[in-house]
Parts: sequence; C-alpha cells; structure tokens
Amino acid sequence: MKLHSLTAHQIIDLYREKKTSPQEVFKDVLSRINALDSRVHAYARLYRDAPTSCCHKTAVGVVSTQGNYPIPIAIKDNMCTQGEEITCSSRILKGFYSPYDAHVVKKIKQSGGMILGFANMDEFAFGSSTENSCYGPTYNPWDLSRVPGGSSGGSAASVAADEAIWALGSDTGGSIRQPACFCGIVGLKPTYGRVSRYGLVAFASSLDQIGPLTKDVTDSALLMNIIAGYDERDSTSVNEPVPDYTKALVNDIHGIKVGVPQEAFGQGLDPQVRKAIEATMNQLKKLGANVKKISLPHTPYAVAAYYIVATAEASSNLARFDGVRYGWRQSPTDVRKNALIDMYEETRAKGFGDEAKRRIMLGTYVLSSGYYDAYYLRGQKVRTLIKQDLDNAFKDYDVILTPTAPTTAFKIGEKTFDPLSMYLSDIYTIPANLAGIPAISIPCGFSAQGMPIGMQLMAKAFDEEMLLRVAFTYEQNTEWHTKKPNL
Amino acid sequence: MITKKDVQYIAALARVDLPEDKLEGLTKNLTDIVGYVKQLQKLDLKDIKPTSHAVPLTDALRKDIVKPSLSNAQALSLAPQAKDGCFKVPLVIE
Repeated sequence: MKLHSLTAHQIIDLYREKKTSPQEVFKDVLSRINALDSRVHAYARLYRDAPTSCCHKTAVGVVSTQGNYPIPIAIKDNMCTQGEEITCSSRILKGFYSPYDAHVVKKIKQSGGMILGFANMDEFAFGSSTENSCYGPTYNPWDLSRVPGGSSGGSAASVAADEAIWALGSDTGGSIRQPACFCGIVGLKPTYGRVSRYGLVAFASSLDQIGPLTKDVTDSALLMNIIAGYDERDSTSVNEPVPDYTKALVNDIHGIKVGVPQEAFGQGLDPQVRKAIEATMNQLKKLGANVKKISLPHTPYAVAAYYIVATAEASSNLARFDGVRYGWRQSPTDVRKNALIDMYEETRAKGFGDEAKRRIMLGTYVLSSGYYDAYYLRGQKVRTLIKQDLDNAFKDYDVILTPTAPTTAFKIGEKTFDPLSMYLSDIYTIPANLAGIPAISIPCGFSAQGMPIGMQLMAKAFDEEMLLRVAFTYEQNTEWHTKKPNL
Repeated sequence: MITKKDVQYIAALARVDLPEDKLEGLTKNLTDIVGYVKQLQKLDLKDIKPTSHAVPLTDALRKDIVKPSLSNAQALSLAPQAKDGCFKVPLVIE
C-alpha cells in the first residue's frame, strides 16, 4: 500500500484499525521525498535531527507521535519552529534559528503532527510562482516545466506530489489558494483573525492569514480543527468559539444561494478556465443550489488597491531586517555615507532578492511624503468599497463563486520580467484578503494540456463551515480530487 | 512618471543600496506598476472612509504582568555580531 498517496483522514482510519503506525507512515512519506524532491524541489529544508539522509538537503526529524493527528506535515518556510532555521526563503534570514514555536506549529506538535520540513516559497511570500526563492524555484508536479503557483508553492507541490500528507501555507493575496489551484489540491484561507499569526513572519499584517493545503475537503476541515482558535499573543486574533469543522462536511446544498460575479468573466480569463467554471455552475445547480449572476462593481480595482496596501505594510514590516539583531549581515566594503548606514544598505541590497526590493520600494513610495493621499489613503478607501460590495452580496448569497486564477499554471520564467502580469494572476483571490473573509480553492477540471483548474468559493466572515459544506458536496459528486500527477 | 532620481531617493529611504545597472530596470518596473495603480484615481472617493483593517477590532489589552521571555544570551546568540551583552554595530560616532 502506498501510504504517502493517502489523505490524512484515510491514514487516521488505518491507525484506528491498527493497520499502520505513525512511524511507518512517516518513513513512507520520507522515502517519497527522497525519491522525488530533487525534481519537484518542494522543500527548502528538511527537519534537522533525524537519521535519514535526503538527496538535496541534510537530514530529517521526527516529532512526537503522541496525539490525535500523527500526520506528516510540510510547514511553509515562514513559520517559526523552535531550533530550526527559518528563512522565508530569503538570503537575509540565513542563519536565523527560531528560539520559539509559532502558535500553529505548537498546535501541530500538540496534535502529534510530524514535521517533515519547511516548504519552499517566494521570498517573504512576494510572488505567485515560487520562482523568487533564494533556493531556486519549485516545479509543478503536474508538469515540471511549469510553476506551482505561489507564494506557498512548496506547500502545494509537496501535497500534490504526495511528499507530504498535508501542509500549512500563508495567504496575503492568494498565496494558499492560487498554488492549491495550480497543483490540483484544496487550499483554504480562513477568516482574518481565525488562526493566530503569532510566529508567522509578517508580510502585510492586515491581510496575512495561515491556512491548510490538503488533498481533499475533509482534510481541510480536520486541519482547521487543529489550528483555529484564539491566541492572546496575536492581538488581531478573534475570540470567537471554534466549531468542529468536520460537522460542516454535509453532502447537501439544496437551497444554498451561490452568487457568481460577472466581473470575474472579464479580460484575461483563459477560455478553458471559463468553460470549467460554467460547468461547475451547472453542476452546483444540479445539486440543488440556486446559482445566479451578480455584480461586485469594485472588484476590478482590487489588484491596484492591494499592491498599494500590501506593499506599504511590507515595506514597514521588512524594515526590521537590517543585519543587527538576527539573520545575515553584509559588512560594507568601503565607507560611502557612514559605516552603520552603509551596513544597512549593503545588507539589504545583497540580502533581499529583486522582487522583495521592488515591493519594499513601491511600499516606501506610496507612503512617502507627497504621495500618501494619492496612493495609500486612496488604496484604503477602495478597500472599503470592495468590502462593501462583498458585504452587500452576502446579504443575499451564502457563497460567491469565481475561478481561483485566470489561467492554469504558467511556464517557469514566463512572467519573471513582467511583474505586473504576475500580479494579475491574483485578481480573483485578492478581494477576500482585503475584506478579511474566508475563501477556499478546490479542483474543478483540467485543461487540454492536463493542468488542474480550480474554483474559488468565498463566504462571509467566520463562515468557513459554509465553504466546507459547498466544497464537500461538490467534491463528493465529482472526481477531480482523485486525480494524481504522473511523477 | 517615476524618474531614476525618484528611484534613487526611494532606495535611500528604504535603506537599499542600488547599483547603477539595476536602476533602469527598476525605474521601468515601478513606472509600470504605479501607472497601473493610478486607475484608482478614476473613482470618486470623497465620502468614503478608509479601511485599515477588515475586522473591527478594538484595543487588545492584557494584564501588565512580566512573563518569561528570551534571555539576553538567547537573543544575542542570533546576532551577526555581539559584544558585552549588546548587539554590535559598525562605529557610528567617532
């Protein structure tokens, strides 16, 4: 039996029937990593202290297998894990060994989770392709000449390639959902405040949220049960009761109202993706849902508002990487301004990659004197309009359906020299971050080239259960989630 | 329109040393992106309040009690350079 190809809930069933052990599962997934990761490159680093050598990295460790969910997991390289090097796939954090566990990592350990390693990502989560990593790109398991999406591309690829049973990612503008879509798996961005960000390296603090990347919707609910909940160490964590998300896994959507914004069918949408979404609308109707076209008039402005708000927050958050307290330092070669400022400037010039610099500088620009009102304030006002559009829609609809991304996974290098066209691949995912609402991406078809297509469902704040119910019903009545890449 | 001089000024504000050979490309990138976000200027936003946070949160206060935190040695162990219990940086004042 290929244990690595199973879902977490299937493995838990096997544990109950005493048909396998956590050690056996861990070993099996590890050998899968050893066999494949030189080609997929889903991992930036594997967990440190354990015996098995890996093809491209040093060693691997086992965490306690006591607990309810001893499942091998990949953690995105931006979640602090005690004693482990955590770098956000950036040169500037090389040598940073976290002295503490992020809230989610603690929760995973308490649940018995076995951390396999740290998944590759776009540097500081800046990107939609996982090409902006100091470790080099991750490759899409469905076609190794294509990107896995990003920024949680390593997390998504590890799950799609069965190099992890499930994974954690973070999502600021689509960084869980878009790679889940490109890799044919399920990715959930919870409501802002639902999962503690304590120990997550900040990109844009008003938008960032941690969530699960899984092989099916049931696993998404299970992993949410582990990570969701209030944490006083994150002052934006919301103290609302956490439901048992598995109770939402009901195969019935009779009478559920689904809104489909007409703006989602505009310029830039691949005809094959459009066809898959139209087929999905029909399928949902057949399953008893009430599907109607709606309008979210301000969503076409979401990308522009996002690149103001997110880069402004990023430029401020990334000011802390200065070569003084932790991470990497470049000692200046000669004195230009003064020795300290030269050290800051050279450390940041050599420590950050091109996209990180672009975003830091864009954020600095929109916040700078004379431009604040024209850009930053304007971006925040448009954020209000987008949130209002969504709030209004949820008065009449239970969920909103869109494509997750306008295209399927593009080729490695295709958008490297055109940052703007890369940004537009998040056009459907960004509104949920701006409004703080939950959204999920699940597989809903394949292109003629054999690449996965994903659909996105959004719901009102703290209604992850509605997303899981609709996604589960669709999944139970389709076959897309059972397909695996040929590796 | 963003000029090379603007980009140099922003780089200095952001404390990023910008080599001459990167200047032209970055100026073009930033001009493209700023050109794109300028579409927001079409919207009438006069009476719209800005949103800085999607979830309406009030101040999150906790009791003012000292709790265990990183020791001086632990914190310094991560530093590129440390001396006498402090972070060490290049000479600032002669």
